Amino acid sequence: MSAHSSQVPLLETRDLQRAFGHGDHAVRAVERVSFSIQPGEIVAIVGESGSGKTTLARLLLRLLDSTGGRILLRGEDVTDLRRSNDLKAYWRKVQGVFQDPFAAFNQFYTNRRVLENALKLLNHGLPRQEHTQRIEAALREVGLDPADTLDKWPHQLSGGQVQRVMIARALVIGPELLIADEPTSMLDASLRVTVLNLLLALRKQHNMGIIFITHDLGQAYYVSDRILVMYQGELVEQGPVEKVFAMPKHEYTQRLLADVPRLRGA
Amino acid sequence: MTVATSEHASFDSGSVFLTGLRKFFGIFGMINRRLLFSGCMLVLVVGFGVLGPIILGRDNPMKTVGGLYDPPSATLWLGSDNFGRDVFTQLMHGTRTSLIIGVIAGLEAILIGLLIGTMAGYLGGIVEEVLMAFTNVVITIPSIVILILLSIAISTRSIFAMGLIIGLTSWPWTARAVRAQTSSLRTREHVDIARLSGAGTLSLIIWEILPYMLSYVVMAFVLQLNTGILQEAALSMLGLGPSNTISLGQMLHWALLWESVRTGAWWGFVPPALFLTLIAFSLLLLQASVDEILNPRLRKR
Repeated sequence: MSAHSSQVPLLETRDLQRAFGHGDHAVRAVERVSFSIQPGEIVAIVGESGSGKTTLARLLLRLLDSTGGRILLRGEDVTDLRRSNDLKAYWRKVQGVFQDPFAAFNQFYTNRRVLENALKLLNHGLPRQEHTQRIEAALREVGLDPADTLDKWPHQLSGGQVQRVMIARALVIGPELLIADEPTSMLDASLRVTVLNLLLALRKQHNMGIIFITHDLGQAYYVSDRILVMYQGELVEQGPVEKVFAMPKHEYTQRLLADVPRLRGA
Repeated sequence: MTVATSEHASFDSGSVFLTGLRKFFGIFGMINRRLLFSGCMLVLVVGFGVLGPIILGRDNPMKTVGGLYDPPSATLWLGSDNFGRDVFTQLMHGTRTSLIIGVIAGLEAILIGLLIGTMAGYLGGIVEEVLMAFTNVVITIPSIVILILLSIAISTRSIFAMGLIIGLTSWPWTARAVRAQTSSLRTREHVDIARLSGAGTLSLIIWEILPYMLSYVVMAFVLQLNTGILQEAALSMLGLGPSNTISLGQMLHWALLWESVRTGAWWGFVPPALFLTLIAFSLLLLQASVDEILNPRLRKR
């Protein structure tokens, strides 16, 4: 990663804010968050529920408008993109995977549709045959058999398989940055490591930057290069994984680590 | 894992329609008596209105076949009205007219309600406030007043025009319910995923949000159909019904106008009143039983 460190960051936020409501009743879900991620880097954002992680993910995905601060993609301000074509161009580079893989599917359609719709974003006018090839390649890459997946309904697959279809969906688009909002928290413990390894493989194969949002320090440690700790909407600590784990500075991080006693020996 | 998956599906309120359909056919074996009863009744009423005149060969309800209020007999099954026209024939044609007006009004109310409700719920912000303010204004104006004024304003009222006028006033409740459902559905992850795939607003509403409301839309249509038929009867009874044709409300209008109640000619007003009650009753029963099937909470009791 050091090779890239001198470059313009892949994504950068400056004092990013989001408040819900107005005046005294406003809830500051995300408060002056500044960080950056380099190409091919995996950054974990750790925090308890209600700390603003998901709001931050939605801001970064431009699904939600910010109420302050800037978002820069490769140095280019994307905070105020409104036009459909600009947003599409942004989503070609930044994609997401969500927490509940079943809720992410429209259950009235088979798996094929969500993948084909993702291809529409590319807007490249490829012949139909190549569409299929691209989708099948993405599915194979996440370890699924296309013939056994495409025409099934989401509820016919397991949680881990469905989440991998969602990752394949992102892969079809081929973004530079993947924002994974708690992609493992609804999965069985045995399936989590499969998804984590898949994220690691994506970085290796495609040099994809990944923002991995989780409440689980163990997973953050396993997968990421750098950790950002979020508490009540603010980033309270950030740094390389080993450093944060060995010498947590902020009191909240210390408490978080104390809650996972077996990690302290590791 | 299959157990977990199916449980997930049944607790997800959005899947109510699919699981509902599955349950629908499952329950059919045990027989939901209310559904069966109301369904049969509706089929009979619709068959009576649509097929009756064709099967019995009575295509003109305005033909004079007897005297002033002839009592029921072997040829005039329900007697004759003030102009000596066959009440039974009128009843068949009137039922058909009332149903057609109800369907037009119901469809129109559902379409306007869906349009305004989904736009308000999905777009939010100022659009939502303006649309909902408008909706609330329409709710507070007594619809019968608008209906009377509109009916007077149009000199010749066709069946289609009647349907349109009635539908114009009955959409607000649908719009409000649809808005509430839309604003809850738009925050679902599958809508976010579709947005991330670049889907436009219209396609999001049609393909990602509407399917999840289908069961509600069907039920709302049944209610709107009912409202439409009753509103038509109210207007027609006041003499503002469709011109040059006959409806159940219009039969009541004539019965009132030509003193069938006072002269004891019960066949003039009992059949149309009974049919209106029957249609309204079976539609409400159908709505309630479909609701019971689609809504697990009601079923448990």
